[in-house]
Amino acid sequence: MSNLMTGARILVECLLRENVECMFGYPGGVTLPFYDVLYEGKVKHYLVRHEQNACFAAEGYARSTGRVGVCCATSGPGATNLVTGLVDSMMDSIPVVALTGQVTTKLIGSDAFQEADTFGITRACTKHNFLVKTAGDLPQAIHEAFYIAASGRPGPVLVDIPKDVFMGSAHYVPVGTIHLPGYKFSPEGHAGQIRRAAQMIWEAQRPIVYAGGGVIHAGAAGLLRELVETIDSPAVCTLMGLGALPSSHPNFISMPGMHGSYAANMAFTHTDLIIALGARFDDRVTGRLEAFAPHARVIHVDIDPVEIGKNRQADIPIVGDVRRVLEKMNRVVAELAPAQKERNAVARREWKERIAAWMAEHPLTPSVSDAEIKPQHLIREIDRVSGGEAIVSADVGQHQMWGAQFIRFNHPRLWLNSGGLGSMGFGLPSAIGAQIANPGKRVFALVGDGGFQMSIPELATIANYNLPVKIVVMNNGYLGMVRQWQELFYNNRLSAVSLTSFPDAEKLAGAYGFPGRTVEDPKEVGKAIDEAVRHPGPYLLNVKVSQFECVYPMVPAGGAINEMVLGPPKPVAV
Amino acid sequence: MLQTISLLVENKPGALMRITGVLSARGWNIDSLTVARTLDPAQSRMTIVVDIEPVLRRQVIKQMNKLINVLQATDLTDSLAVSREMVLVRVRATAETRTGILKEAEIYGARVVDVSQDGFGLECTGPAEKVEEFIDAMRNFGEIDVTRSGIVAVSMESRKLRVAPPVPAVTEERLSEGLPNC
Repeated sequence: MSNLMTGARILVECLLRENVECMFGYPGGVTLPFYDVLYEGKVKHYLVRHEQNACFAAEGYARSTGRVGVCCATSGPGATNLVTGLVDSMMDSIPVVALTGQVTTKLIGSDAFQEADTFGITRACTKHNFLVKTAGDLPQAIHEAFYIAASGRPGPVLVDIPKDVFMGSAHYVPVGTIHLPGYKFSPEGHAGQIRRAAQMIWEAQRPIVYAGGGVIHAGAAGLLRELVETIDSPAVCTLMGLGALPSSHPNFISMPGMHGSYAANMAFTHTDLIIALGARFDDRVTGRLEAFAPHARVIHVDIDPVEIGKNRQADIPIVGDVRRVLEKMNRVVAELAPAQKERNAVARREWKERIAAWMAEHPLTPSVSDAEIKPQHLIREIDRVSGGEAIVSADVGQHQMWGAQFIRFNHPRLWLNSGGLGSMGFGLPSAIGAQIANPGKRVFALVGDGGFQMSIPELATIANYNLPVKIVVMNNGYLGMVRQWQELFYNNRLSAVSLTSFPDAEKLAGAYGFPGRTVEDPKEVGKAIDEAVRHPGPYLLNVKVSQFECVYPMVPAGGAINEMVLGPPKPVAV
Repeated sequence: MLQTISLLVENKPGALMRITGVLSARGWNIDSLTVARTLDPAQSRMTIVVDIEPVLRRQVIKQMNKLINVLQATDLTDSLAVSREMVLVRVRATAETRTGILKEAEIYGARVVDVSQDGFGLECTGPAEKVEEFIDAMRNFGEIDVTRSGIVAVSMESRKLRVAPPVPAVTEERLSEGLPNC
């Protein structure tokens, strides 16, 4: 069955077939025909205030649900504004489909009004992209885009659609099968390799499980927990993997890396086996690569063959989907358990004791003061209210690191942050996407005063749709992380990091029609958070924290991860 | 070192850009690149020579295989393969040097493709090193102008021989060993 439709209508049909319930976008000249069909409301469109935030909101939607996030922008500046969001989702492997309008095919290449080479520009920041030339080609391109975005290692896919394609008509033929001969991924994992890995796991005396964002993407959190409990090994989750194992789990030793826990970094340095699951040995995790885990053999499971052997050679590489691989691996591990469990029991007990000692030696402890609001104090209050259940969408910088250190997550898909790209301005729009995807859930936008001001126009979107996002600004009056580096590595020459004239929160939120408040008294922090949460709608909480707090532990750039700076230098008696 | 890779690519807009884009984004330098249609007009064959540290050779192949328009990426550097390059040389000749040039050209199996009062146009085909030597030989005769084609290469291993290139078989084992599909 087929019938004649306009390209714009075909596009909406395709979106419906992909079960797209909502999208984030900003209209413009060449997308007019598409928006005309959207007027009918079959796909709910959320109007943001900047295209970059449309992509971030789509990411928040995707990160918090695992479904494909959809964003839309017009040609030229609309499309170029998407770029940061696309790179962001590329770095963190987030499934996003971006639809952009393009000038009429006849005008392409003529430097027409609002023309940009979107196809060329976004080549480097997408998993794949399409330029559709006729309305009849739309279904193929759209369904392929969704398939590519969500399968294998997820990522952003952009479809560039000229205005005449929207307006042209074609018989809509639903696409039944996707045929992409050059698109290859192998989810199953090699059975022999999995068996060897299971054997190696029992051979190890000091194993550590290193879980990355891939565990969350694959929906393998339960299997991860099963593995960790069967082999009773310490486990770390990367910044992207937080929540894969509940933060309260006894085997969880927090995040590793530049601002990771002492125990996690020491465990990496002394382990004899790293079980890497959907993680990519990022430089922020490994520190100086040559000094990273010098005694360890490596089992590396990843859906993307490129990641295996990219930074660290693997002794047992397993290309596969973490869930499928863990299903099999857990079975073999359990099979081998009766025969192998006692083999290294003594060594493993000692390993656990060492880990416990490291944890006790330098625990992650929030500093609290009566005189001023310590940033960690604020984070602890958010954690108290959340109880490991709220979605926290963070921006980038110090608050992000403290959030990762101190907020507990009982489940995957609660901690949303720009891990790979580190895009400031991410937190607020991502919270919008997450709140829309999870209307019943508590959503915090945890942002710094810098990043917040990058996406401040989205307060209008929040007000517009009355989204009950709780915006908590950790306000230290500085670009805190940059200031920290200037303090530690540039002789405290604070260059271009002071953020004066932050707007009055009450007036700012009030201008958008929702309550806001500034807190400066440490005794008020808890109450203020409670009040924000009690309020049924959006709330802006501006918390003035101590200005010169630094995030510790810290591995200086280029250092080995066991060479941590654990705290500020002690004041010298004069 | 120079790595020779052979790619079977979907003949789609932007395919070349994706390939060169990945290479440049990773900081890998292209030494030469040739593209042309295969028997199937929907596909192209590319031979790319990349200047790269030997440890990164596998990464190059994996990165190429990751591209959706790439059907097959093969490393021909150490495998049984034949590679050829063509060069077109214009050499200025005087009455004294004309015979010498032609003699030398004959040694290299080069053909004369253009003759004039002022000199010759010569075509020479062979392995890159031979082409290199030919160019040096011609340089001895004075001013020359050189246009090289870049390398084209073909694998001589029967399992890599595909008359009608099929969809690459993704063998799990090869993938999990981190090896390219072939």
